[in-house]
Amino acid sequence: MKIAYWMYAGPAHIGTLRVASSFKNVHAIMHAPLGDDYFNVMRSMLERERDFTPVTASIVDRHVLARGSQEKVVENITRKDKEERPDLIVLTPTCTSSILQEDLQNFVDRAAMTSQSDVILADVNHYRVNELQAADRTLEQVVRYYLDKAHRQENLNQPITEVPSVNIIGMFTLGFHNQHDCRELKRLFQDLGIKVNEVIPEGGSVENLRNLPKAWLNIVPYREVGLMTALYLEKEFGMPYVATTPMGIVDTAKFIREIQHHINKWAPILLGKVVDYEEYIDQQTRFVSQAAWFSRSIDCQNLTGKKAVVFGDTTHAAAMTKILAREMGVYVVCAGTYCKHDAEWFKDQVQGFCDEVLITDDHTEVGDMIARVEPAAIFGSQMERHIGKRLDIPCGVISAPVHIQNFPLGYRPFLGYEGTNQIADLVYNSFTLGMEDHLLEIFGGHDTKEVITKSLSTDSDLTWDPESQAELSKIPGFVRGKIKRNTEKFARQNGMSKITVEIMYAAKEALNA
Amino acid sequence: MYFQKKETFFMPLTKDTLTFECETGNYHTFCPISCVAWLYQKIEDSFFLVVGTKTCGYFLQNALGVMIFAEPRYAMAELEEGDISAQLNDYEELKRLCSQIKKDRNPSVIVWIGTCTTEIIKMDLEGMAPRLEAEIDIPIVVARANGLDYAFTQGEDTVLAAMAHRCPDINSVTQNINIEDNGRERLLSFLPSKEKASNERKNESTHPPLVLFGSLPSNVTSQLTLELKKQNIDVSGWLPSQRYAELPSVGEGVYVCGVNPFLSRTATTLMRRRKCKLIGAPFPIGPDGTRAWIEKICSVFGIQPIGLEEREKQIWNSLQDYLNLVRGKSVFFMGDNLLEISLARFLIRCGMIVYEIGIPYMDKRYQAAELALLEKTCQEMNVSLPRIVEKPDNYNQVQRMRELQPDLAITGMAHANPLEARGISTKWSVEFTFAQIHGFTNARDILELVTRPLRRNLSLEQLGWTGLVKRNKLTA
Repeated sequence: MKIAYWMYAGPAHIGTLRVASSFKNVHAIMHAPLGDDYFNVMRSMLERERDFTPVTASIVDRHVLARGSQEKVVENITRKDKEERPDLIVLTPTCTSSILQEDLQNFVDRAAMTSQSDVILADVNHYRVNELQAADRTLEQVVRYYLDKAHRQENLNQPITEVPSVNIIGMFTLGFHNQHDCRELKRLFQDLGIKVNEVIPEGGSVENLRNLPKAWLNIVPYREVGLMTALYLEKEFGMPYVATTPMGIVDTAKFIREIQHHINKWAPILLGKVVDYEEYIDQQTRFVSQAAWFSRSIDCQNLTGKKAVVFGDTTHAAAMTKILAREMGVYVVCAGTYCKHDAEWFKDQVQGFCDEVLITDDHTEVGDMIARVEPAAIFGSQMERHIGKRLDIPCGVISAPVHIQNFPLGYRPFLGYEGTNQIADLVYNSFTLGMEDHLLEIFGGHDTKEVITKSLSTDSDLTWDPESQAELSKIPGFVRGKIKRNTEKFARQNGMSKITVEIMYAAKEALNA
Repeated sequence: MYFQKKETFFMPLTKDTLTFECETGNYHTFCPISCVAWLYQKIEDSFFLVVGTKTCGYFLQNALGVMIFAEPRYAMAELEEGDISAQLNDYEELKRLCSQIKKDRNPSVIVWIGTCTTEIIKMDLEGMAPRLEAEIDIPIVVARANGLDYAFTQGEDTVLAAMAHRCPDINSVTQNINIEDNGRERLLSFLPSKEKASNERKNESTHPPLVLFGSLPSNVTSQLTLELKKQNIDVSGWLPSQRYAELPSVGEGVYVCGVNPFLSRTATTLMRRRKCKLIGAPFPIGPDGTRAWIEKICSVFGIQPIGLEEREKQIWNSLQDYLNLVRGKSVFFMGDNLLEISLARFLIRCGMIVYEIGIPYMDKRYQAAELALLEKTCQEMNVSLPRIVEKPDNYNQVQRMRELQPDLAITGMAHANPLEARGISTKWSVEFTFAQIHGFTNARDILELVTRPLRRNLSLEQLGWTGLVKRNKLTA
C-alpha cells in the first residue's frame, strides 16, 4: 500500500481504451464495476467529442459476482456487434475486475463465434504497467492481430509504394497536442514529397492495417506509445523506423536527415535518384521558422543563463531540456520525468544539458525540488503548473497529463517547424517577460505606492450581529463582498439597522426576484 | 439489497399508479467514492482515506477534476500487487499510512472508504478499524462506498450510515460529560458553549429533538434551520456536522428527517440501530417540496404551520420570469445522482413535461412521500405520469430520445457533448449534485441551471447550428 495524492500516468485500462477508441469503428467493452467507465467522461469532456465514446461498460455488480460474468460479457459483446457493427471489439478489465481472475480469453473466444466483428482481449497486466505502457502494448497487439490475419488470408504481399512513404505511429486520443502535431507532420511530409501511408491509431481503420508494410519506413514521434509496434514491424517486415522526436530546430533537422537516410536506401532503385533535404532544412531553419531568429534576437539574449526546471513525459521533457539548453541558452538546473520505466534513455538524452536528473512519479518530490532550486521558470505538466502557482513561479505546460487547456481550438503544434515557433512563444511568455524584466531592473521597478483600502465606500452605519457575521464568513471570498453590499442595500431600503441571518436570506430572495 | 425485509415505517405505495421499470442496462454514472469530494469539505476536521486501486485514484483526480492543491484532506491508499496477492499484512500497511496521516494532518477522524477492490479481496476493514483506532488513538469510521452495490451519491449514504453509529446517545450525553474521560473531554472542548446553549434550548422547545441528515453546504443548512425555526421548530443537530466532534446526539425519542433522496441506508440505521423515529417527508427541493417537507415535520410535532402557503406563493412569484421559459417544454432524465424524482416533481410543477425519469436505484419506501407528491403533482398539473426507469440502458435511452426529441436532457457528463451535437440541449446532472438547490431560497438556482441551455438556444437560435455531426445519426 502506498499513500497517493495524485498520479502522473493513469491506470492501464485507460491506455487500452485510448488506443481502441482512437481507431475508427472499433468498440471497447470494459469488464468493470459501476463508475469505472469514467474514460467516457474524460474523452467526451476533454476532447469535446461530438460522437458517443465507443466504450461500453459491462457492469460487474453483486449479482454478476455471484453468478460469474461470462454470460453478461458475452451478451454485451454480441449486442454491440449487432448494434454498431464495429470491425473490432476489444475487451478490457480494470484493476478491480482483473483480480477476479476470470477466464476472459474464454469469454472472447465464445463471443467471437457468434460475432461478425473481430473480438480480442487486451493483454495487459493491470498492476504492473501504467497507461502509457498499456497503450503501447495494446497498439502492438492490434497491429499484430490484423497483420497475422492478413497473412493467413494471403493478402499481405503488397509492394512498397512507388513514391517515398511513411506510417505515423502513436497519434491518439487524449494525447498532448497530438492532433496539431499530426497536422504539422503531414505538412512537413508534403513539403518533402513524402506520402503519408497510414496514421495509427487516431482516425485509422483496422481493416487498413494490412497496408502498413507498404510504407518505406515508420515514424514514431512520441516514444511512450508506438515503439513496440515499430519494433514489431521492423522484426517481421524489415521496416526501418525513425524514433527521433522532431521537436526544436536541431532535432527536427536530425529527424529529416534520418528519414533521408532511410529513403535513400530505396530511392536509387525506385526513383532513379537520391533525395537531398539539406536545402529544405536550411530554408526552414533560417527563414521559415522564426525560432532560430528568436534565439539570436535581443529578447532571447536576456534569457541567457536564467534558471529553469523541466519535468514531464520522456519525449517532451528530454526535447524541451535540449531546446532550452542548446537552442536558447537557458540554464536547465534539473530535468526529470515520471516515466520510470524509461529512465535510462532519458538520462542518456539529457546528459550534458542539465545539472541534475530527477526520475520520480511522486509529485511532492518534484515540488520539493522546484522549491529548492527556485528556478525563474518551470516547463512541466499541469501538476508543475500548480506547484508553480503556489511558489509564484511561472510555468509553461509542455507535457501530459492533459487538461482541457491542452485541447485548444486554435493550431498549437509542438512538433515540426511551426512547433518551434509555438515553443519559442511559450518560453518567452513563461519567463517574466524578458524585456520588461530587464527594463524594470534598469529603471527601478513598478509604481510602488501601496493601495490603502480595498473598498471605495466608507464604513457603513449598519451593524451585523455575530450570527450573520459568522454566516457571511462562510460565503466564498469571491462573492462575499457582493453579498455584503446587497444585504446592506436591502437593509437600508427596508429601514433596518441591524443585520441578522434572516435579513441576509430575505435580501437574497428579494434580489433574485 | 439492504431493504429485503418489509419496512413498516415507510408509507405503502398503492398499485396501478406510478409504474417502475428496471431495465438493468449498461448505464454510466460516477463511482460512489466521489462523495469524498464534497464530504471532506463539509466535515472540516476529517481525513478521507480511499482504500483502492490506481483506477479509483485516477477517477477522483480526473473525472471530478479534483486537483490536489495545498493541504489535501483526502488521499488514496493505493493497493499494489503485494496487497492484492496478500503478501503484505493489511493491518500493518493501514497502520503505517494512518499513523503518517495522524502525524502530518492530525484530523479528528479518519474515514476509510472501501472500494470494489477491498470488497473483492475481502479486506476486513470493519474488523481492523476498532483495533487500529485503539492502537493509534484516533476515531476510524469505515464506509463501503463501492460500485458493486452503490451508485454515485449513495456514497454519501454509506458514510453517513457509518457515522450514525458514532453519534453520541442522547440519553447518556449528560452522563458522559461528567465522566472523567480524556478523549471525551478533548472532544467536548471544541464546543462547550454551543453544546450548553443547545441543551438550554432543548429545555425550552415544546417538541422532541429533531435531527436532520444529509450533507449540505453550511449556509443551506442555516437556511433550512431558519425555515423550521419560523415554525417554532428547533433543529437540534445535523448529520453530518461541520466538525466530527460536533456530531448530533441521537437515540430513542429523537426524530430524524432526511434532506436528500439517496440516504435510505442512513435512515434505516438511524431507525433500527439508534432507535430514532423517521419522518418520511418529500424532500426540500423546490418551493413545493420545501413546503411539503416543513408541513410534514410540523404535522408530526402537532404544530400548525404559519404563513407557509404565502411563503411558497411568494417564491413562485419570484420565479415567474424563468417559469415563462420552461412552461410546456419537455425534459428527459437519463439518471445519475438519485435526485431525479425530486427534480422531476419540481419541474412538472413548473409546467414542464417529463418523459422519462432514469434513476440508478429506486428505494420506493424511503422515497414514498416524494413519489406520492410526484403523483399528486402530475394530477394537479394534468400531465401524464412519467416513466420511471431504474438502472436504465443508456443506449436504449438515446434511441428513445431520438423518438421523443425532448427540449432538454439532464444527463451525465459522458453524454452531454454527443447529444448537443445532435441538436438535443443538455444539462449536466452533476451540477445539481454540487449546486445549492435545497429550500425556498435556492429554488431559483435550480431554474437558473435548467434554463441555461434554453436561454443559450434563445440567443443562438437564428444561427441554425443544431446538427453538428456529419452523418445524420443520433447514435454514435
